[in-house]
Amino acid sequence: MGLLDYFLSTQRPSASIAKERLQILVAHERAERNKPPYLADLQRELLEVIGKYVKVDREDITVTMDQDDKREILELNIVLPDDKTTRKRR
Amino acid sequence: MARIIVVTSGKGGVGKTTTSAAISMGLALKGHRTAVIDFDVGLRNLDLIMGCERRVVYDFVSVINGEATLNQALIKDKRSENLFILPASQTRDKDALTADGVESILKELSETFEFIICDSPAGIERGATLAMYFADDAIVVTNPEVSSVRDSDRMLGILASKSRRAETGAEPIREFLLLTRYSPQRVKLGEMLSVDDVQEILSLHLLGIIPESKAVLSASNAGTPVILDERSDAGQAYSDVVRRYLGEEVPHRFLEEEKKGLFGRLFGG
Repeated sequence: MGLLDYFLSTQRPSASIAKERLQILVAHERAERNKPPYLADLQRELLEVIGKYVKVDREDITVTMDQDDKREILELNIVLPDDKTTRKRR
Repeated sequence: MARIIVVTSGKGGVGKTTTSAAISMGLALKGHRTAVIDFDVGLRNLDLIMGCERRVVYDFVSVINGEATLNQALIKDKRSENLFILPASQTRDKDALTADGVESILKELSETFEFIICDSPAGIERGATLAMYFADDAIVVTNPEVSSVRDSDRMLGILASKSRRAETGAEPIREFLLLTRYSPQRVKLGEMLSVDDVQEILSLHLLGIIPESKAVLSASNAGTPVILDERSDAGQAYSDVVRRYLGEEVPHRFLEEEKKGLFGRLFGG
């Protein structure tokens, strides 16, 4: 380790990497923890109702809860099948 | 009515027992009748750190099982008449702790003590959850290191949802951050998370910063709580912590690298 290395060194201080990793991880784990317990039930019941009209699999429905300072966002995402024929007729 | 304080962290080896020993001794030296309980059933160590390992006859579990009275199991400290230690059992299974048993012991202690310090084991199993369940205050011991900060955050989640105060809707547990093994030199070099970095993530009331110190190992070698080493940086930092906990305004120390004088520079030290 010479003087040259010192000036050529562009390595980021490891503490700032640690902080960034922690911020992302902790935010994610808190969101997981603060998930309302009804999300799983909601997802299951939605699947039942939607399944009456459209053929969807369990993986095709996702329910997520997000939170920022101002609001809570309940996001419902349903992937409908491409093929129109798989849709049931009423 | 005693104030019940849990010393917790999630992660092991961050300084919970060192902290429990130091703070309980500090409170006792300030004239408060204090009991300190080792919740680490099967792996007791508080007795060693307190230097009373040869005086253990009965323990926490023998009192819960009715084999001894609380007074028989409590070990009176030889340095302060206000301090009593309730050791953990070394031989029993950790499932020997029951919520009812712990509650009744804490209730009995509350009648005659001002402070009860619960030294939590690492992890989030029975011993740890029971140590924090009845707490009024929590001291979250954290090292400026990623896994410790993450585990502390996890403990905060548990304190906020699975404690008696949370379950009964009472006023929440007061949570304090104690940052231990802090090295201002390494923080300055960008090698260690700073107090501000940790606070940005945990944002707790900062009870104190304990510098990385040789005095901690010397104290544990001797079985003397480090707070009794008044000349050491860690001992002084713990004294500040106790004063802060008791409501005094004490500025934080040991945040900056110690300036060495010319003599120190020349001869090291």
